[in-house]
Amino acid sequence: MTVSLTIENLSAHYGTTQVLKDLSISVAAGELVSLLGSSGCGKTTTLRLVAGFLQPTSGRIRLGDRDLTTLPAHARDIGLVFQNYALFPHLTVLDNVAFGLKQRGLSKPDRAKRAMAMLERVGLAPLADRLPAALSGGQKQRVALARALVIEPPLLMFDEPLSNLDAKLRIDMRVEIRQLQRANGTTSLYVTHDQEEAFSISDRVAIMNAGRILQLDTPEVLYQKPASAFVARFVGFENLIRMKVIERQSAIVAAEAAGGTRLHLSQDLFGPIKDDFILACRADGLAVRREGEGIPAVLGTRTYLGRAYQYKCETAAGEITANGPLSDPLDAGARAVLAPLPEQCCILDPED
Amino acid sequence: MATRIHPLLGAFAILVFFFLLAPLVIIVGAALSDTTFLTFPPQGLTLRWFANIFQIEAFRRTAITSLQVAILGTGLSLLIGIPAAYALNRYRVELPRWLSTLFVLPILVPEIVFGFALLKSITIGLGLPVFISLVVGHALLILPYSVRVVGASLASFDFSIEEAARSLGCPPLKTFMTVVLPNIRAGVIAAFILAFITSINDVSVSVFLTGPGISTLPIQILAHMEQFFDPTIASVSVLLMLVTVGVMAIVEATLGLTFLTK
Repeated sequence: MTVSLTIENLSAHYGTTQVLKDLSISVAAGELVSLLGSSGCGKTTTLRLVAGFLQPTSGRIRLGDRDLTTLPAHARDIGLVFQNYALFPHLTVLDNVAFGLKQRGLSKPDRAKRAMAMLERVGLAPLADRLPAALSGGQKQRVALARALVIEPPLLMFDEPLSNLDAKLRIDMRVEIRQLQRANGTTSLYVTHDQEEAFSISDRVAIMNAGRILQLDTPEVLYQKPASAFVARFVGFENLIRMKVIERQSAIVAAEAAGGTRLHLSQDLFGPIKDDFILACRADGLAVRREGEGIPAVLGTRTYLGRAYQYKCETAAGEITANGPLSDPLDAGARAVLAPLPEQCCILDPED
Repeated sequence: MATRIHPLLGAFAILVFFFLLAPLVIIVGAALSDTTFLTFPPQGLTLRWFANIFQIEAFRRTAITSLQVAILGTGLSLLIGIPAAYALNRYRVELPRWLSTLFVLPILVPEIVFGFALLKSITIGLGLPVFISLVVGHALLILPYSVRVVGASLASFDFSIEEAARSLGCPPLKTFMTVVLPNIRAGVIAAFILAFITSINDVSVSVFLTGPGISTLPIQILAHMEQFFDPTIASVSVLLMLVTVGVMAIVEATLGLTFLTK
């Protein structure tokens, strides 16, 4: 009974401010998609619209063949896990988990049985009679997860569920969430500002900014092939070098960066190159060599990373971060060239 | 190590307590005096003035009226105050600031003005019967307590649990009854008690709203004093005080008094 979630052309306003701009996304049955972005990008607004706590100004939300757009929140049948757990303080752990079953009219013994079975799955059965105040943060979030899962919703949504937990617990919990979600095959929408969390838990990730989705892809593609300068910066590309083509000779392109730095790039290796572009890469995407073709640089401070040395380099095109091999440490002030490695570089459109 | 208190500060504190408690001691003393006029220190000790209260029909009647007005008025004020406090907190960002001030007005306006305004508007203007006027008037007088005290417990209420309930299939009104109310219970009880005590002790509003045949106990005390200056007045006052102390004792025993001052 897994179904897909389809959001079509959703727009939302707070007062006169438009916080969501014509957003469309579809989550396949059984898939977990994350909305990733910094605060104010519209990811939580999207989740609240799907939950029914906010009304869109336009657009549609469909879950399977049901149109949710105008349904009240309590009729949507969506399991929600909140950042602050949102457990009912006056109810025991068992009653918290059984709450949704009670709304569905199950008899008391049935509710207790199913809630207890769910608590066993999250390893909290021995705490069934406690009040939420007597639980640790991780236990509270497990109860919240059990409460959302026990109603067997066709859609699960998570609103920064791990933000209030410490680092170690966060990793354990995200593995647990992923396992439970996979085992149930529940279609899920997951909101977070933590890139590592989003990449580790999701089938696909939507990177959001200013009320729009910039790129929706698998973590692998996002990490290696960001489609825009914003996404590249977001996934940790340290170097974005603006360049202009000055000469084309068959597949080889001669391009110039600020300060007159020239590079010859092969379109067979880098892919098609437009006249005005950004060469983007991580520190690993530039080879630090003593001589040869590349961006001339004066090396700055050397940092030991364990797998490589990292250099802050001064170049005519600005400061560039590059990693050099452990076998050949260079001192601050040394001259070198930085050669872009095609498989680790992206050619992107310039930002306006 | 004990904290050293400056002797002047100590003396000042004792003076404050003296001024707070001395009138009460005088009333209790006067109520026990075996004389036909109010006097302190008491001359002789007797409980006959307490017995006398129960022989005066007007005191019995007005005491019952006072209780009825206090219970109905408090109930009515909570019926308005709880939803108002809820809305003021739930939509704090969306609602204009002055709106919450509006609900405190009855205690900001001089009570005598408020009482007169009520007389003009509900007794004369709407032509409501005296008893109904009293209930409505008291409800309005104590509305600030309902709104503020219930509001105080809503201020620390996490509204996301309301959303959690709704996502689990609970409709809005049922959510309010099963999730919100149980979590602001202490505030509601505190509001009830504060409002109840305010109502049962009120003079300035009641004096305008009481009418032929219907009066409240404090007003009856005033009326009695105009005719007889005997210790009955003092003993009624002591009883009224005991009722208040009794209510506070119940609060202390069940909830702890600290939550009234929170």
